[in-house]
Amino acid sequence: MNANSIVDILTAKFRDIDFAASPLMPREDQADEQTCVRVPADRLIEVMSFLREDERCSFEQLCDLSGVDYLNFPKARDRFAVVYALLSLSLGHRIWVKCFVNDPDPTVPSVTSIWRGADWMEREAFDLMGITFTGHPDLRRILTWDGFKAHPLRKDYPLRGRGEREDYPVLTTESA
Amino acid sequence: MTTDTAPQMQGTTVVQEEPGSDRWVLNFGPQHPATHTTLRLVMELDGERVISCTPHIGYLHSGFEKLGEHLNYNQYVVVTDRMNYISPMANNIAWHHACEKLFGIDLTPRCKVLRTIIAELARIQDHLLNVGTAGLDLGGFTAFLFGFNERETVNDLFEEICGHRFTTSYTRVGGLSQDMPDVWPAHVKDFLKAIPKVLGEIESLLTRNRIFIERTKGVGYLSHDDAIDWGWTGPLARASGVRRDLRKDEPYLCYADNWDGKGASGVDFKVPVATGGDVLARYLVRLEEIRQSAEIVEQLIDNVPAGPIDVLPGEKQTLPDKNAVYTSIEGLIHHFETIMTNRGFEPPVGEAYGATEAPNGELGFYLISDGGNTPYRARCRPPSFICYQAFSDLLVGHQVSDAVAILGSLNIIAAELDR
Repeated sequence: MNANSIVDILTAKFRDIDFAASPLMPREDQADEQTCVRVPADRLIEVMSFLREDERCSFEQLCDLSGVDYLNFPKARDRFAVVYALLSLSLGHRIWVKCFVNDPDPTVPSVTSIWRGADWMEREAFDLMGITFTGHPDLRRILTWDGFKAHPLRKDYPLRGRGEREDYPVLTTESA
Repeated sequence: MTTDTAPQMQGTTVVQEEPGSDRWVLNFGPQHPATHTTLRLVMELDGERVISCTPHIGYLHSGFEKLGEHLNYNQYVVVTDRMNYISPMANNIAWHHACEKLFGIDLTPRCKVLRTIIAELARIQDHLLNVGTAGLDLGGFTAFLFGFNERETVNDLFEEICGHRFTTSYTRVGGLSQDMPDVWPAHVKDFLKAIPKVLGEIESLLTRNRIFIERTKGVGYLSHDDAIDWGWTGPLARASGVRRDLRKDEPYLCYADNWDGKGASGVDFKVPVATGGDVLARYLVRLEEIRQSAEIVEQLIDNVPAGPIDVLPGEKQTLPDKNAVYTSIEGLIHHFETIMTNRGFEPPVGEAYGATEAPNGELGFYLISDGGNTPYRARCRPPSFICYQAFSDLLVGHQVSDAVAILGSLNIIAAELDR
């Protein structure tokens, strides 16, 4: 089954959502290959459960989850996106689902109840991009340390950091 | 870090060690030879049985994805070497596979063949180490040495073809950094002859070794459905009975039919699948994958098509031939157009996801381009990171000594885990 028919199934099921389906890469030779749909954050769990359970879709695996900061991207309307790459092993197709959220409180419902593999990937997006996943069982920082305050993959975070390395509190014999 | 908090213990249940009780907490790593790299586990134990386990990662976090937004499509290949440094070639190929998907480049047949050979050699290199360490972690040093010895030969082969043993950086957008030397196929064939011998040696030491089987059979079991749910890919998933291999399911390079544009069929190989789902099954799958990879290399090594390794530089996406740079003004201009930071690459605006079957599983790169010289976002889908989250599920109920066996079987490379 190609990605277009999955979009058709989705549109028939959720008539009130504008999926704005588009190829990841707007080029003719790849238009059919990688399709991306938009889902609003408040409907995410509903759509994702359907994508996993419906036998014409059966996306058994969450292949990848990444946060994207579209701050400086030309013509971008929303700041953050959580991009879910779904994969169906039984039917051999993929789809990309994007969920856009904005400042000041970028929040997306967690999909850990649908795919357990989302656990660490959501923690990574929380850590590096500062997107909160509500309903996540254990939302802690994973790659940076717990006392770290910033979200380094955001576009307004400088490449060389904000001096955290230099200002790191030093443990001395007297203070310990 | 301030003294009043103990942040590294967050998320773990710290049990009070009561007198007379067998419950205690063991900190394992981050500096421990059996973790192979920098990993840390906090295990709650009842005697020697693991009740709960919390992995702490991030010790090697180096911001590779952030760096990817500041390096251009050719420069970043150097960073990918440092991700899974057990098989850097596989990472190079995965990175540029995604880049070429973004640019819409179709490689030359010679480049495809060389990349396929290299990818399979990288798989052999990775698995030789891993089947060896399966014994090493359980106390059998000899099998590791046999594997490591042949692994050196692969490093020699890589040195011969690209000048580096370890941090190879061999691929370029639309091609390779250099062509292979004429004697290289002969050396590869010598290496292929040695593979049955080393596999025989490892097998005779481990596969029917009663101690090895008792330490690995039924240890770290994960079922077929759980493996899919946790996002497992590659040999780990295949050891749990998941029939999935990107080389067959989403073929690329010479795994796809008609790769040379003249109707050549894709390389012939089998995908080994085991149903055990335990440490032993992972060992057996990797062992068989070495044989299959060797067969793929054998099919290709005598038939490397003649022709250029880079796609034609008309689009200013690939680096020009060095001879042209030194001898013609057009070549020199083209060279500067490609490498200067205010010129450089002009990819289309859009996104692309490219994934290859790396030795550890699906290694994908999700690239977003705003049309500039560097990617807007260079997300890496690291197989280690996604597989490792199931670790505490695998370990609970087993003994402390099994932690090492399971860890080794997952082939976790912390540099890729933390990026």
